[in-house]
Amino acid sequence: MANFKLRINGQEHQVDVDDDTPLLWVLRDHLGLVGTKYSCGIAQCGACMVHLNDEAVYSCTLPVSSVGSDKITTIEGLSENGDHPVQKAWADVDVAQCGYCQTGQIMTASAFLKKNPNPSLEEIENVMNRNLCRCGTYHKIREAVAMAAKLK
Amino acid sequence: MANLTKTNRRDFLKIAGTTAGGLFIGFNWASCDSPKIQVLSDEEVLSQVHDFNAYLSISPTGDVVIYSPNPELGQNIITSFPMIVAEELDADWSKVRVFQAALDNEKYDRQVTGGSGAMPHSWDRLRKAGATARHLLVAAAAEKLGVPASELTTENGQIFHNGTKKFSYGEMVTDASKLTAPDEVTLKDPKDFKIIGTPIKNVKGKELYTGQPLFGLDFYREGMVNAMVTRPPFGMKIKSVDDSAARSVAGVSDVIVFKNNVAVIGETTWPLMKAKNKLRIEYEPDGTIESSFDHDRIFKELLESKNAKVMRKDGDVESAFKNAAQVVTSEYQCPFLSHSPMEPQNFFAHVKGDKAELVGPTQTPDRARMETAKLLDIPVENITVELTRLGGGFGRRLAADFVVEAVELSKILDKPVKVTWSREDDITGGAYRPAVRYRFQAALDDQGNMIGYKLRGVGINAGNSTRENNFPSGSVENLLIENVEHKSTITTNAWRAPITNFLAYAEQSFLDEVALAGKKDPVKLRLDLLDRAKNNPVGEIHYDIDRMRGVIQTAADKSNWGKNKEVMQGFSVYFSHRSYVAQVANIEMENGQPVLKKITAVTDCGTVVHPTGANQQVRGGIVDGMGHAMFTNMTFENGLPRQRNFDTYRLIRMKEVPEVDVHFVDSGFSPTGLGEPALPPTGGAIANAIFAATGRRIRTQPFIEQKEFSDIKLQIKRT
Repeated sequence: MANFKLRINGQEHQVDVDDDTPLLWVLRDHLGLVGTKYSCGIAQCGACMVHLNDEAVYSCTLPVSSVGSDKITTIEGLSENGDHPVQKAWADVDVAQCGYCQTGQIMTASAFLKKNPNPSLEEIENVMNRNLCRCGTYHKIREAVAMAAKLK
Repeated sequence: MANLTKTNRRDFLKIAGTTAGGLFIGFNWASCDSPKIQVLSDEEVLSQVHDFNAYLSISPTGDVVIYSPNPELGQNIITSFPMIVAEELDADWSKVRVFQAALDNEKYDRQVTGGSGAMPHSWDRLRKAGATARHLLVAAAAEKLGVPASELTTENGQIFHNGTKKFSYGEMVTDASKLTAPDEVTLKDPKDFKIIGTPIKNVKGKELYTGQPLFGLDFYREGMVNAMVTRPPFGMKIKSVDDSAARSVAGVSDVIVFKNNVAVIGETTWPLMKAKNKLRIEYEPDGTIESSFDHDRIFKELLESKNAKVMRKDGDVESAFKNAAQVVTSEYQCPFLSHSPMEPQNFFAHVKGDKAELVGPTQTPDRARMETAKLLDIPVENITVELTRLGGGFGRRLAADFVVEAVELSKILDKPVKVTWSREDDITGGAYRPAVRYRFQAALDDQGNMIGYKLRGVGINAGNSTRENNFPSGSVENLLIENVEHKSTITTNAWRAPITNFLAYAEQSFLDEVALAGKKDPVKLRLDLLDRAKNNPVGEIHYDIDRMRGVIQTAADKSNWGKNKEVMQGFSVYFSHRSYVAQVANIEMENGQPVLKKITAVTDCGTVVHPTGANQQVRGGIVDGMGHAMFTNMTFENGLPRQRNFDTYRLIRMKEVPEVDVHFVDSGFSPTGLGEPALPPTGGAIANAIFAATGRRIRTQPFIEQKEFSDIKLQIKRT
């Protein structure tokens, strides 16, 4: 066990966990930030996406010991009132079916649009291909990312 | 007025308060939208509502509380059910709050999500619930005004006399709730619907998109422990357990061997995942241990078995085949599939003496309760079941295996327990879509007409692998449908559109082969058969011929069937779970390569309650049907699945879906469900289009693992 200081959603948190604990479980089990989802645990589905210094990363395979002082943003910290352009687009397009994967989808999309504010549909598909949606809302996800790009 | 949301919120706030320094902020989303309008909290509303019936309560403030009894797993019933109540109530939708109801057999009689059955079951009940409350509100207003109720009208939560607003619903609630509800009420003429048929947004949208705790895996109760369980391979039992390494993992408080399982216990999840990998468990045979090559052999044997069960027999099949001008024979096979919802299985249980509290994601809360009662030998009345949102179900959550193990561990530990399945546990944990093989035979006369039809289904723990009264039964004079089942140690369960999820693909591909052999257009072949069933029906017919014809003709029309030589098309139509869906897949050649570009779907599910939800149910069903037909395989070696996670258990991704064009036929019938019916036709439409484009007939799923598919290099692109 070791003590880690983490910068999450603009706040400092301290946790006492094993070095190899994935950030995902620190967020979910130790900090109560359950918007970041567990689904595969092997960086295949994207349900656990968070931003590490504005980059979308799989938190399920990211050991807490490798985070250091890097800035972490989770879905809970993406916007103050759930009004990030990507969240607004998701609501407008009414994307979700079961909704379990959607926070991860939103985190992938928002990191991508920050770097690439005017993407082509092909670029959207390339980046969103990292995230699985078992309900098959892919058409709406693509539509919502495109809409969010225009909302900015 | 017990409800899940309140309980959960309290619990979630507790975790936030205890471990995150109170950082959790309890947003009121309505107030975030309109910060200047004072919005009452759910608790404030619930504390003053008057109950009108099991579905509906209204507060003097005019806030309308609607309970959605059925488990929500992405079919968006938590939005569409309240829409129906609100419609007949003439409610102001902006004042509606929706709560997930806990299991309550006295209030509700079908709290199940399965079989696409909720909508047809509840349509009338929900309408009546809204209309009855409206009737009482109007009656109270009539009494107060001293005018006949027939002179009053309602709109948007308000009551009018001669076009002048007299009262809001809130003002009438106290008086109205004292009146006796009539047995019969007049329901609206569907042409007057204002909420039904409109694209109302998901009532949980904001909570979903901001990461609020809604799902079972998000549930936390102070004092609970987490558990993860290692379950045995199929056909094996525990011989010995060495848990010393697992126990040495920091954060593991206990290791428990129960039934045929080994549970690791601790405060948080990650140590349990590590400890699980350090368990040394030796297994020994406990029944037949099967591998996939056994299944191939078993299928061959069963196809020749003399002990098939005759499911349906019409006419003289032997003579028809003896006198046939030609006979078409073909076999189709599909693998087992895991349901693999994005949220792995999990459940919370707290056994307290002869009482138990259950919370979690289940499609059948009543089964969860009954199996718990059986396990603990306590009355069902002593068990409460609260529903979280389900991160997908696909039939897996119809079972209760993941519930009773949490109950058992809670009893053993005498503590509240949440059991979490890892993805590997979920994929290897059984209750699969059964593997099935079909042999079809058609006898054609010299005009290419089908005069005889034989289907033998052989399945592994599939039960009846046929749907003997479905199309084309009723349209063929001589018909024999048989089933043979192999009992296996590999467990199976309903998987979205049970049986038809593969039968439709096989049958609709085979009909394409029949059309080709008889030199008929595939659409015309189906219409001719339906004509025959209409004009001269053979035996029982369990489908509506006109509705099936309706979706076929509309799909041919919307897809420009056969009109463009550059577009190779595949047709498929299926009736399942009371709805009719026809699909056409389009393949175009680009640089000499086939490209799957579009699927057109035409659905008759009667009245479309929630158009955006219905549209997505069809698209999602098609994506699901396509993904599993093309990509997903599950194979076994000595009772163990070879695929254990999404790196090898391949699910369809964004870049693998074509354009999907969705249409609905307005048939005027009451609504039927859409959770399943769009899935079955998809594989057949795609396989038939592949044949049209390449001359290759793909008869085994998943397509990508078949030699005859791999070298055609099918691409998928949206136009």
